[in-house]
Amino acid sequence: MSTIALNTSSAVGKAAAGNAEAPVRIAVRNLNFYYGDFRSLKDINLDFYDRQVTALIGPSGCGKSTLLRTFNRIYSLYPEQRADGEILLDGQNVLSSSIDVNELRARVGMVFQKPTPFPMSIYDNIAFGIKLYEKLPKSELDGRIEEALRKAALWDEAKDKLRQSGMSLSGGQQQRLCIARTIAQKPEVILLDEPTSALDPISTGKIEELIEQLRSEFTIVIVTHNMQQAARISQFTAFMYLGEVVEFGPTNKMFMNPAKKQTQDYITGRFG
Amino acid sequence: MVALSQERLVSSAAAPARRSPPPSFDRLFRLASLASALLVLIVLLGIIGSMIYGGLPAFREFGFGFITSSVWNVNEDQYGAWVAIVGTLTTALIALVIGVPLSLGIAIFLTQLCPPWLKRPVATTIELLAAVPSIIYGMWGLFVFAPLFANYVQIPVSNIVEGMPIIGTILYARTPSGVGILTAGIILAIMIIPFIASIARDILDQIPSVLRESAYGIGCTTWEVVRNVLLPQAGVSIIGAIMLGLGRALGETMAVTFVVGNANRLSGSLFDPGSTIASRIANEFNEAIGLQLNALMALGCILFLVTFTVLVLARLLVSRVKVG
Amino acid sequence: MDTALQHRTATEPTTAPAPWGRVRRSRHVADRALKIICTLFTILGAFFLGWILLMLIVEGIGGLSPAVFTETTPGPGSQGGGIANAIVGSLILTVLGIVVATPVGVLAGTYLAEYGKSSKLAEVIRFVNDILLAAPSILIGLFVYMLMVQPMGGYSGWAGGVALAIIAVPVIVRTTEDMLRLVPGSLREAGAALGAPMSTVIIKISWKAARAGMVTGVLLATARIAGETAPLLFTALNNNFWFNPNLMGGVANLPVMIYQFALSPYENWRELAWAGALIITMSILALSIVARLLLRKDKVR
Repeated sequence: MSTIALNTSSAVGKAAAGNAEAPVRIAVRNLNFYYGDFRSLKDINLDFYDRQVTALIGPSGCGKSTLLRTFNRIYSLYPEQRADGEILLDGQNVLSSSIDVNELRARVGMVFQKPTPFPMSIYDNIAFGIKLYEKLPKSELDGRIEEALRKAALWDEAKDKLRQSGMSLSGGQQQRLCIARTIAQKPEVILLDEPTSALDPISTGKIEELIEQLRSEFTIVIVTHNMQQAARISQFTAFMYLGEVVEFGPTNKMFMNPAKKQTQDYITGRFG
Repeated sequence: MVALSQERLVSSAAAPARRSPPPSFDRLFRLASLASALLVLIVLLGIIGSMIYGGLPAFREFGFGFITSSVWNVNEDQYGAWVAIVGTLTTALIALVIGVPLSLGIAIFLTQLCPPWLKRPVATTIELLAAVPSIIYGMWGLFVFAPLFANYVQIPVSNIVEGMPIIGTILYARTPSGVGILTAGIILAIMIIPFIASIARDILDQIPSVLRESAYGIGCTTWEVVRNVLLPQAGVSIIGAIMLGLGRALGETMAVTFVVGNANRLSGSLFDPGSTIASRIANEFNEAIGLQLNALMALGCILFLVTFTVLVLARLLVSRVKVG
Repeated sequence: MDTALQHRTATEPTTAPAPWGRVRRSRHVADRALKIICTLFTILGAFFLGWILLMLIVEGIGGLSPAVFTETTPGPGSQGGGIANAIVGSLILTVLGIVVATPVGVLAGTYLAEYGKSSKLAEVIRFVNDILLAAPSILIGLFVYMLMVQPMGGYSGWAGGVALAIIAVPVIVRTTEDMLRLVPGSLREAGAALGAPMSTVIIKISWKAARAGMVTGVLLATARIAGETAPLLFTALNNNFWFNPNLMGGVANLPVMIYQFALSPYENWRELAWAGALIITMSILALSIVARLLLRKDKVR
């Protein structure tokens, strides 16, 4: 591991340093995105490394969520939205029409800003995703659900009420349920779209710890508007502005010694 | 760098073998939804088509005179729609004149005056008026309302106005039986109240409360808020709600059949029996054969065109409001 | 110092207080009149409902007897009798109508809310559905007469069921669409993000989230068609016997029975009409109230 990190700042110090030798899992090439006629992403080129956390930061409307939503093509639910260019997941262009979007979405999981428990029990919330693609005997399914809940650090709180509605949980628990639901499918990549912005600080802390643990198994991309959070949990950071990537690099370098003045201004709070 | 670490590209956590569900169900479901939606369209076209097809012989036989003629003679096979058209329009108009103020009053009460705990019971009560089957209104009209109406309204009013110009014709009952055009209009008014009131209530509810509060804030009374702020703001939507009520009144069948008197006669008096398009169809259709059947279908065709026009206008005026 | 100054002016106004009673009397009168009139109108509306129910109870309760529920409708001039055949016939026709209407209505509503959304076709169908929702039911009777009774050579329960279904469909379409639109889009996105195909997201998530409202729609549609008379007049008609199990020929039903018996010259017929009217109205009102309570208790998220 070639460490560039200089753990001087406490905010940056917590996360492990970026490992630029990790293989590239997702490569974005010349990506453009349109809402109707409006071009909201302009020639994006970015690499996302295997089992690293990459944070997308930038002011509201800079396109960071839009970029995230292209990786699993969730935008294609809306006919007026389209993307061109390439997003290579393990070398395969996910934007190509030959890709089965549903299978893509099972490989690339997503957690949203607001918790989205389905109107069913905690157990069924997790079983829902697994059952879509796998036919498992009951005992194995139970095992998978327990495993997912344990990984999402929700098992101890939820094990006695698996049959209760997912909506009976608190906001932070709901969000961890959504993470459990996502990892139960054993995706390769997890996309997190401001996953803590609707949560209180304690729940946020738990989710951040969780992300740190999940990094050993999954490639993670997180959109956040909280720069301390980006510094705490990510190994790489991309700063976006007006639909373009201004700067991309290892998180500690971005925060300690940004190459561009714009980045400097943003992370020091001078605009945004 | 990337090439070097290629061997490390092991898929994480041994991704499970994924078995995509067959896409055929997804397509089938989408097609079934689309087909059901199209069925709604087809039914409407079917109604139009069947009315035109059934009524065509009558239109061909009598031409435009079918609409303007007031003859309805089964023995001589001569048919004209004028009496029924006039009856339909008159009863519906009476229903609006009586029903609209009542409905708007109820809507204003529910949205502006009603204490919160009373809102739900009152709204439910008014909505239940719409759930009562129309045949029950007919029975109430014929057996309960008509006798009272004859004794306490028709007879005294006829006595007073007898001999007066104009009003002596309009409000004179030759045979005060209680049934007639006016009675039908009154029953229709009660029947359309829940429809107009609940839409008007939804419209008034949708007006942002800041608007209302700012009007109260400069010292308006409730009356002034309603008159100068709420009603102008609701504007054409209220007219749309009224049109919707009109559509109901035009096509209502059973209640009218009970109380309208079913006479094919053009009379200057609102107390006299008459008939409407719907009541005539209900009365005669099952015994009708040949040209009479076609003439009744042609009546249905006219009713369809009139209500269709009214409902289209209503729909254009009312911005979609939610149900229940 | 600034605040102190403001405080002073607030407590010790320098000008004389505006006199009360500046409001013109006419404004008060108009306001009072509006309040009284609106309240009176509302009471009047409730009064009509009460009056109708009272009439049904007074006239109908005397006619209720065990025989009403066990015996068939009597022939002209014969004594006694019941309305068992009409009650069962009404149940069958209503169930038939709702069984046909529910899948069509739910799927069409689903199309509008989930697939068509704001497309041209969806807008047209929404428009047409609103027209059908308010179209005179007698015309639907005429349509089904042309569609089924004439070609099949006679009245039948099937034609009656189809006519009722055509009346029920727009109600179900409308409530289904409205309720599905209340389901937050984020739930659908979350379902799609797990790789669920559209149909699975709709069936397992959207329908589930909106089910209370959708059931209410079906119940309201049932209440709506249970009392319909005009469309049955030309389709199922009525008769005084137990109907054929294959539902061909006239099928006895409460609304048409009430229509025919209420206007008949026979005392026992009229009594049965009142009993039938009481039974059907109370059932429909109960159904409507249950539907509303259901929606209130289990609100769509």
